[in-house]
Amino acid sequence: MASVTFKVWRGNKEGGEFKEYSTDITEGMVVLDALFQIQADAANDLAIRWNCKAGKCGSCSAEVNGYPRLLCMTRMSSLPQDRPVKIEPMKSFPVIKDLVCDVSWNYEAKKRIKKFKPRKPDAADGTWRMQQEDVDRVQEFRKCIECFLCQDVCHVLREHHLHENFIGPSLLVYTAALEMHPLDVEDRTEDLRKHQGIGYCNITKCCTNVCPENITITDNAIIPLKERLVDKFYDPLKKILNLFSGKS
Amino acid sequence: MAYTDTLQRSSFGQTERQDSWWIQPLAIFLGFSAFIIYSTWAAFQGDNYHFGPYLSPFYSPEIFGDSSHSLFGPKPGWWPLWLPFSPAFLILWVPVGFRLTCYYYRGAYYKAFWGDPPACAVGEPRKKYRGEASFPLIIQNIHRYFLYLALMLIIFLTYDVWNALWFVDPATGQKSFGLGIGTFVLAANVTLLSCYTLGCHSLRHLVGGFMDKFSGSPVRLKTYQCVSCLNKRHMFWAWMSLIVVGFSDIYIRLCAMGIWTDWRIL
Repeated sequence: MASVTFKVWRGNKEGGEFKEYSTDITEGMVVLDALFQIQADAANDLAIRWNCKAGKCGSCSAEVNGYPRLLCMTRMSSLPQDRPVKIEPMKSFPVIKDLVCDVSWNYEAKKRIKKFKPRKPDAADGTWRMQQEDVDRVQEFRKCIECFLCQDVCHVLREHHLHENFIGPSLLVYTAALEMHPLDVEDRTEDLRKHQGIGYCNITKCCTNVCPENITITDNAIIPLKERLVDKFYDPLKKILNLFSGKS
Repeated sequence: MAYTDTLQRSSFGQTERQDSWWIQPLAIFLGFSAFIIYSTWAAFQGDNYHFGPYLSPFYSPEIFGDSSHSLFGPKPGWWPLWLPFSPAFLILWVPVGFRLTCYYYRGAYYKAFWGDPPACAVGEPRKKYRGEASFPLIIQNIHRYFLYLALMLIIFLTYDVWNALWFVDPATGQKSFGLGIGTFVLAANVTLLSCYTLGCHSLRHLVGGFMDKFSGSPVRLKTYQCVSCLNKRHMFWAWMSLIVVGFSDIYIRLCAMGIWTDWRIL
């Protein structure tokens, strides 16, 4: 059993500071376990959002040693323990208290994405037919647990605070899941360009690096959406070909 | 109060990260810089770019030039006198444009050369940011046009490997089949460039990514899967092909200068 020092950010939207706590670490513990111990022994009022403790609810997102992570999936053994472990809230969202952020913006931005609009039913009983190869791609996106770690690490939101202009990687994954769905007939490319700011993404792949569900956000969701925009807005040759083939 | 009013901005390089986050952007900066400096120097040389049946990939296809590989003869008479000439100038803009607009390279050089951001969760040098949403970076959307040209280059480079199998006997002037180290270098070069080009994100989109429904199109699905397979390691192919294309030029240049000997296997 070893005693480890933590520097935990304590405060609210008006400001705060790192406070130091020490707690004993045993084999198999994750950062969330250590914070529970600190909460029980030294800081009863420490605010942490958590729920499943299994990396599936996406509630305990925070920054561990400056890197966005799920507190419940970050093993203490993976961190250097010879110096204090720094825990702070996500930086792309306003703090409510301590490690808890107000992530409501994500839900509001999501409402502005055009909803799923299926084609006419394939069968007379009002049902559709799909093949596995048609949904393989979008199934990856359905793994998203909405932890918003990708939104947190995205520099467009984190450093430039362009929340009004850019919906962020998490919601681009959501859009990709709809846009590439074999039954969906809605066109979201105009919104992606004008209102959801996909052009702000400069594909640094930080979102992919932090995703706890290992969704290949940049390569499989954002770049394919960017390419669809190129088809529609930035490819004159394609426009001419479509003109001759009668597609537009 | 607006939602973002209480959010803080980090200063340049500011981070709580404790790992050596600066190593990757620094390595990319040094790697790209070394290649840019060498390839620019090599392009301006205008000589020592061919040796026997080998032609440097920086100069291939040789549209106009003095070597036997030239497609349309020597430097054209209409070339302005004030403009320096090298066969590489006529062709090198294609791979440069392809790599400059490549999705992998964009992400890498935005970080390493522009600090946008220097690394994930690290503060940036500038407060203003427009990304690829407006001019000038909106031009990056031209990538697929460079892809079309890069695919044509692969055909020429494959033809160069074929040529590199046929050596001229200086005594008789007869061509005979042979294998030199240079043949393998050029073959490795075109293989790696193919893996890089055929794993391009734009190609992935064009061969099938634009579709929402693959069932009923088995050939397209298979093609999409093949390109996706290469695309998964796009960064690896990007770097390997960059290193080997540079080495191919160095190999041929040093052989042409008589510094290295091209060992013949057959």
